[in-house]
Order: sequence, then C-alpha cells, then structure tokens
Amino acid sequence: MSYVKGLKCRECGKEYPKEPLHVCEYCFGPLEVNYDYEKIKRAVSRDIISKRQPNMWRYRELLPIDGEPAVGFDVGYTPLIRAKNLAKALGVKELYLKNDAVNYPTLSFKDRVVAVAISKALEFDFKVVACASTGNLANSVAANAAACGMESYVFIPYDLEQTKILGTLVYGTNLVAIKGNYDEVNRLCSEIAGKYGWAFVNINIRPYYAEGSKAFGYEIAEQMGWKLPKHIVVPMAGGSLITKIWKAFKEFHKLGLIDNLGTKVYGAQATGCAPITTAVKEGAELIKPVKPNTIAKSLAIGNPADGFYAARVMRESGGWGEDVSDEEIIESIRLLAETEGIFTETAGGVTLGVTRKLIEQGRIPRDESIVVSITGNGLKTQEALAGRLTVSMTIDAKLSDFDELLKKQNKVYDAKD
Amino acid sequence: MAIKVRIPTPLRKLTNGKDEVIGEGKNVKELINNIETQYPGLKERICEEDGKIRRFVNIYVNDEDIRFKNSIDTELKDSDEVSIIPAIAGGKF
Repeated sequence: MSYVKGLKCRECGKEYPKEPLHVCEYCFGPLEVNYDYEKIKRAVSRDIISKRQPNMWRYRELLPIDGEPAVGFDVGYTPLIRAKNLAKALGVKELYLKNDAVNYPTLSFKDRVVAVAISKALEFDFKVVACASTGNLANSVAANAAACGMESYVFIPYDLEQTKILGTLVYGTNLVAIKGNYDEVNRLCSEIAGKYGWAFVNINIRPYYAEGSKAFGYEIAEQMGWKLPKHIVVPMAGGSLITKIWKAFKEFHKLGLIDNLGTKVYGAQATGCAPITTAVKEGAELIKPVKPNTIAKSLAIGNPADGFYAARVMRESGGWGEDVSDEEIIESIRLLAETEGIFTETAGGVTLGVTRKLIEQGRIPRDESIVVSITGNGLKTQEALAGRLTVSMTIDAKLSDFDELLKKQNKVYDAKD
Repeated sequence: MAIKVRIPTPLRKLTNGKDEVIGEGKNVKELINNIETQYPGLKERICEEDGKIRRFVNIYVNDEDIRFKNSIDTELKDSDEVSIIPAIAGGKF
C-alpha cells in the first residue's frame, strides 16, 4: 500500500509524479517526497509501531517505498544509550548516544538511506545501482547491492581511508576512484547519471534515499519514551541528515505520536570543512563552498547539497552550528572510547567535539537532555589515530618480567594467597 | 561589449536551442536583464521575483562562482565568459 502521493519541489511547490527525478525542471530546486499524512495518521499509532520488529521498517508508512523492502531487513533500531560516564566527564545531567556505529550491515547510518534507495530502485526496475561517496555510502551501496544481486558502481575520491576502500571492494562492486575531491566526484556522477540509465542513490534517487535518514530521528523519539530530547547534535557533510531528523520530529508531532516539539538542533562540522556552520555563525543566507582539508573525510563535502536547509533547521529550531579542529576530533574519539566503550569514526569525533564546545560555551545547558548522534564506526577510520596509540608494554613471556614491569610503573597489587 | 553566456540544457527551449548566447552589461545583473530582452522568460527561471539569483542556480564568470566574487553585482568586462549551471546538476540536465 502506498502512502506517497508523488514528488514536490521544496522551493516552488511544483508537483511531479512518483519517478526517479530529483530536480525541479522549473526552478532547479530539490524535489521531496509528498506523503498522504491523513492516510498515515489512520494507519499508525504508538501501540502499532511498538509491537513491530526492532528495525527501521517499523516506520514503513513514513518511508517512501510502495511494496515490501527488498534489502536491509534488519537495518536500524540501533541502541540509544544513557551515557553516564561521558555525562560526568562533560559535567552534564542527561546525555544520550544514538549509536549507528553498530548499524546493519555496514556500521554507519548510511545503511538506512541505502535500504530505502535500493528498494525504491528495484520498484523503478533499475538494473544497476550507483553512488558518489566519501566512504560510508560506498560500503553500504556495495554491500546491499550484493545482498540483493544488483550490479553496482561506486565512485569515491582516490585518497579515502584504506579500510573504507577495502570495505567496499570486498563486496565485488565496480569501484572507481576519481582523482579529485568529493565535490568533483559528485559533479562527474551527475554527468554519468545523465548519460546512463542507472539508479544513483544520492542523485536521481535522492528524494527517496534521503528519507531513510528520518528513521534515525523516529527511533530517538520512540526510545526516549515517545518524547524528544531538548538538544540534539548532528554531524553534517551534505547536510541531509540534520534536515531529515528535524523532519522526523515534526512528522511525529503532526501525527500525534509525540506531544511536544521543542528540540534545539545543532550541526557539527570539522573546521577544515565548515561551509554550513560558517554560514550559521555569520548569519549568511548563502553557503559559500570551500575546499575541504580535514581528517574527517566522511564529512569532507565543500559544496553541501542541503547546506541551505541544514542552516535553516538550526536557525528555526533555536540551535546553532559549531566546528572543531582535527586535534579536538581525535581527543573526542578517545574520550568516547575511554568513557563509554564506543569507538566512533572521525565524524563521531566531530559531533562529540562540537557537543563539548557548545556545552562549554553555555549554548547547551548542563541540566537538560542532550542526544549526540554517532553515525559511524571507528574501525573504518583507524588511520586518523595512527602514531597516537602505540603498544608501550612489550615483554618476554616470563612472570618475572611482568613483575618488573609493574614495579617500573609503581603499580602495586596484592598477590592472592 | 559582448559577453558569451553558456545556457544549460533545460533553459535552451527559451533560447531557440542555442547553448550559447551573446549578451551585454557592466555586471551580472545588467547581463541577465539584457539576455531577458533577447529571450523573454529566461530571467524568471534564473532569478527570484525580487531579482536575486535563485538558490539552486549557480553563475560562474570565467569559471569562478560569483558567490566568491560580488554576487549579482560582479563586474564584467569585454570577452568575459559567463555560465549558468543548475546547482544540483544531475539527471537529465
């Protein structure tokens, strides 16, 4: 059963049929899925949703596929963790981590968007699926395409982290490395999408694809007991996730699934690629593209497609945008690991780093609920920590050597009787 | 003063299929007004009602985004080349 009426231009409102289109032919604005909310309201309730399987499809009426999902059946419903140790370290009362570092199957929030995009691509009868990616999307498209037997093409900047490259190639995709940065990859892919009849998940399938991110927001609301946090911090690359989390909260409110809106939404970027937070800080209407230079490669998009809307969400919700240096990113990756036992990738370091900064600045109060969005897994960006963590204790396999080691470190433990 | 303006595919219906037209103007704003007189209908596709460039249209002068220069007031000189490019230049564009 379909709850989608068609597509609609976010800028001029012109309506389009349900097709693989993403740009308004009149004003060039982005197209967005247009739902029949009246019909959805009759179909969902807290009770109905909470009885469903613990995956993202429990919100399927609010996701833009008409039939059953074709891939990624177990995606989503990742843990929302009450982070007491980290809260103590930051001096705040109520802190949560939404942990998509353990999303299924490729350990990032991109598994959500790809599950929707590939299911939709199959509904449109595409044979080849493709993407332009900074890494996580590459992993997810390659894996999910393999899982449903589709041919795939993945385009990446040539200098991505090795783990992200291997973690894409292993699925047997056609990986094409482009000598350029993400913005150049994206521009080329737009041309390829125009020439070949492929489903580019983040180009011609983008209106459907992007909706998958909403489930990150629905889950937070449900996991908090059908209410919203006072503050949420979200990493930004193209700026889509932050707009979709905000949309998810608004939809839940519109459908009566939560009683109050009132979450302040904060966007996080790396200082070496901060076109959106810069616009927010300067109060600028336009996003000025930049040339990225940061270890947070998954966020290194200098010309963010949804930057304008992301900035608007921060302004509209009463939030703010902030950015952190590479050094702060690494410190935050380590802090999260040491306090909560969660190893996040550089993007997570950006998000936590910005959260810390906003708390210190007094923009996020210490006595209200805060959610930090952890969107990717640290095992994929280990290079960022290269040379920072080394094995300092190497000894021969002798008890006396170990005793000596403890002695050298002035550590005293009682021997058991 | 002649300035070459590259027209993207979706706007060529308005320029009788031409992918390049010649316009005049001291700055981008004047240039847009000038090509509008030659090819009516072009301006409303590029600009909002108040004259500002539409959010999802990018204009380049000699391959440099005018957002990095003086936006719509970016000055032009003879033989400059201007390109109009949809921001999300994908799909059939």
